[in-house]
Amino acid sequence: MDAPHETGGAPLAGALHRTGVTIREAGPDDAVAGVSPRWVALPENTGEVAALMRVSAEHDLAVTPVGGGTRLHWGPPPERCDLLIDTCCLNQVLEHASGDLVVRVQAGLTMDSLAETLAAEGQELSLDVPLDGATVGGVLATAVAGPRRFRHGTARDLLIGVTVVLADGTTAKSGGKVVKNVAGYDLGKLFTGSYGTLGVITEAAFRLHPIPDDRRWIIAELPAPGTPGTGAVRGDGRPDAPERPGSPPGLDVLAAELAASQAEPSAIEVDWPDARGGPVVAVLVEGTAADARARAVRDLMAGHGTARITAGPPGWWGTLPGEDVLLEVRVPPSRAGGALRAIMARGLPAHVRGSLATAALQVTLPPDVGGSAFAEFVSRVRDDLGRLGGGLTVLTAPQELADRVDRWGPVGALPLLRRVKERFDPGRRMSPGRSVGGI
Amino acid sequence: MGTKTPDGLVRRLLESLDHRAVITDPVRLRTYECDGLTHHRATPGVVVLPETAEQIAAVVRVCNEYGVPFVARGAGTGLSGGALPRTDGVLIVTSRMRRILSVDVADRRAVVEPGVTNLAITEAVRDLGYYYAPDPSSQQVCTIGGNVAENSGGAHCLKYGFTVNHVLALEIVTPDGDIVELSNTDPGYDLLGAFVGSEGTLGIATKITVRLTRAPETVTTLLAAFDGIEQGGQAVSAIIGGGIVPAAIEMMDALAIEAAEAAVACAYPEGAGAVLIVELDGPVPEVTHQFDEVTRICRENGAFELRVAADPAERAAIWKGRKSAFAAVGRISPAYIVQDGVVPRTALPEVLASIDRLSREYGIRVANVFHAGDGNLHPLVLFDDAEAGAGERAELVSGKILDLCVEHGGSITGEHGVGVDKSRYMPKMFSDNDLDTMQLVRCAFDPRGLSNPGKVFPTPRLCGEVPGVRKGVHPLVESGQAEQF
Repeated sequence: MDAPHETGGAPLAGALHRTGVTIREAGPDDAVAGVSPRWVALPENTGEVAALMRVSAEHDLAVTPVGGGTRLHWGPPPERCDLLIDTCCLNQVLEHASGDLVVRVQAGLTMDSLAETLAAEGQELSLDVPLDGATVGGVLATAVAGPRRFRHGTARDLLIGVTVVLADGTTAKSGGKVVKNVAGYDLGKLFTGSYGTLGVITEAAFRLHPIPDDRRWIIAELPAPGTPGTGAVRGDGRPDAPERPGSPPGLDVLAAELAASQAEPSAIEVDWPDARGGPVVAVLVEGTAADARARAVRDLMAGHGTARITAGPPGWWGTLPGEDVLLEVRVPPSRAGGALRAIMARGLPAHVRGSLATAALQVTLPPDVGGSAFAEFVSRVRDDLGRLGGGLTVLTAPQELADRVDRWGPVGALPLLRRVKERFDPGRRMSPGRSVGGI
Repeated sequence: MGTKTPDGLVRRLLESLDHRAVITDPVRLRTYECDGLTHHRATPGVVVLPETAEQIAAVVRVCNEYGVPFVARGAGTGLSGGALPRTDGVLIVTSRMRRILSVDVADRRAVVEPGVTNLAITEAVRDLGYYYAPDPSSQQVCTIGGNVAENSGGAHCLKYGFTVNHVLALEIVTPDGDIVELSNTDPGYDLLGAFVGSEGTLGIATKITVRLTRAPETVTTLLAAFDGIEQGGQAVSAIIGGGIVPAAIEMMDALAIEAAEAAVACAYPEGAGAVLIVELDGPVPEVTHQFDEVTRICRENGAFELRVAADPAERAAIWKGRKSAFAAVGRISPAYIVQDGVVPRTALPEVLASIDRLSREYGIRVANVFHAGDGNLHPLVLFDDAEAGAGERAELVSGKILDLCVEHGGSITGEHGVGVDKSRYMPKMFSDNDLDTMQLVRCAFDPRGLSNPGKVFPTPRLCGEVPGVRKGVHPLVESGQAEQF
């Protein structure tokens, strides 16, 4: 893949160095999903990123932006990668307007550092991030979210402004630093989930929330499927198996009751590590009178298992169920129970975790599951989920597994996605091949 | 028929539409000549009243065939001229597409056609304990399709967000005439998010899946009267600074109160230089606590009267003055301009003082009504259109208010949209690079520029060839591993 670009290394390196940006030779740790770049650049501001992109455009260099690198192995490898733009030094808080509940930052700032800055003023970005060390830009580019997506939405719902640098070096911004703003197109949303394929996100502005004065978790362990006298998970394992009339309500009903609860939970999560056992459901209530509201939630859950109130989250809260093989499942909220049953009934050692209320679930399988078993699992579960009105995406998997499947499944808007890519990056130099349908 | 549309266009439209769904009579065409921004008018070449997405797709394909522009219109309540027709084009009116296709409480969503009114969704689910959260002032008549185009807000978006936060999926007709689904669960670029608020320039929404929000356990509305907007503004800062996110915080100044009083006899406290409406909703214990805090803060900041709505009727009475404010200024002024701008909330006192200075300098009265919680100003610039030069002075003041918004890091529009009204102000907020980059999206969706042209952008970008340098055939294509990207 690199063959056409191997000539002229010295002049190229010279051109990169002339930008004034710190450049180093890439090492083995810099690989993007197995593809090694030749150089790594460490820009400190948007102008430096633009200078790098202009040189890249002149010399036809393929570029991949990277933040904390926590998900660099996610997604397919880029078709080519000459230059890694490491945003680690784009790490400044540009403006924290606490009175306006708005923050503007450089995209390489880690979410942890951001949280620290905001906490000093009693505020937070209500976006949970499942991986330590993730940066603002990385979170936007991969569109990951955590438990409180149920109450606050995902990154796209909290992002109010963005600055990006395109493949040709053009710097563009949209939105701004006020929450209410409908002037122009929302490029921030477009770049959310773009996996570096449209350009480099260099700055972002978010709306903030006050840190709630109190938090309580309500945790219930539900019985294993087939346990007599309980109805936590039942049916014959088929996702569309009806719940028997007269039996205790199951996961779907519990999820619906919790979501509709006037205790207004911020998050409703499920963790189901093993089909031989039952799922654990954990609910977060935050804010004023958290105790009283937690008791109301506990009473709701009492019919489903033993529920207890804790002042801290369960250990698995807000983390991914696995690292090597990770699938994301989306169905309409009322079908979350059906989706869980479909996954756990497939006979593979699957572990599911995620938002029960929004039915956005992550599934992990052992990395040694085997290519054909993996392919069959993805295909069968996708069929089941299709019947439930949902779908499945392979977030990450070892190459030999991922090669056996279509990572994204059918996406109706793919022709439009392709056209957007073609307009923003006609030379296919921005993380080519890293996102949906190989765009 | 409209003289500016090509021969044969109407005949082709009639192949997909009933003759009653194609309007060519000049008198009837004129009833569509403007939306809520009435000083921009253009008689559409043809009006069509489709009933299905397939019909809209057919109309759009015919427009493509003839290279004729098209504009979509819902109820025509928009305040920025976003639905201003083209004399040489087709106006696609969605008013016949007003079915609620499904309501699914278990999934907390409803699927509706674009001509359904905003309020009709809430009415359809109210008895189930749910509602549709975005509540633009025109919600009784405005359509959800128009809301999607404009990313409409409303008083309660402070806590609940805008249309874009409540639309889960769309079926759209693209500017080429294809029917495509966009969903918030799709991987890849958030095209759904980019489409909402694109003011009809990326296509037409034909089916909208909206989020239904659980009706809160309790709602408390209070009205606080202050001597002036300064104290009211301080109270707002203290409330938000205290970690409270009310469902809504609205403020009106003395002139706006006077107008509302004249129009609807809202009986706000006498002598008030400003009133603040604060609505709290949520779980009972939370609202009880927040209510105590808010009343304390209002008193500490000089509120001389506090009224609390004891029931829905009293709540409606408190809101009546606020909701009627735009139309009400017609009682105290022969003509007026409704402005819509945003400033960071903490800049409100300074910006309001500057507006006051402008008002005195130009001899133009400005009534202030605003969503104080999110810094969204709706200054009503009053003038007498019979007086020579007054209209121009009012325009000038109105424009200078937008300058103030931009200078303070705000926006030229918080919810009314850019449309034709504000496209000339876009360069004040965005650079050429910003606007050109936005138009890359436009070119991806609508390379021929047929979908609502002349809106949003001050100068259209010619899409033509894809910009940038192509370097031969991609190696994957050459080796047969992939088709053309």
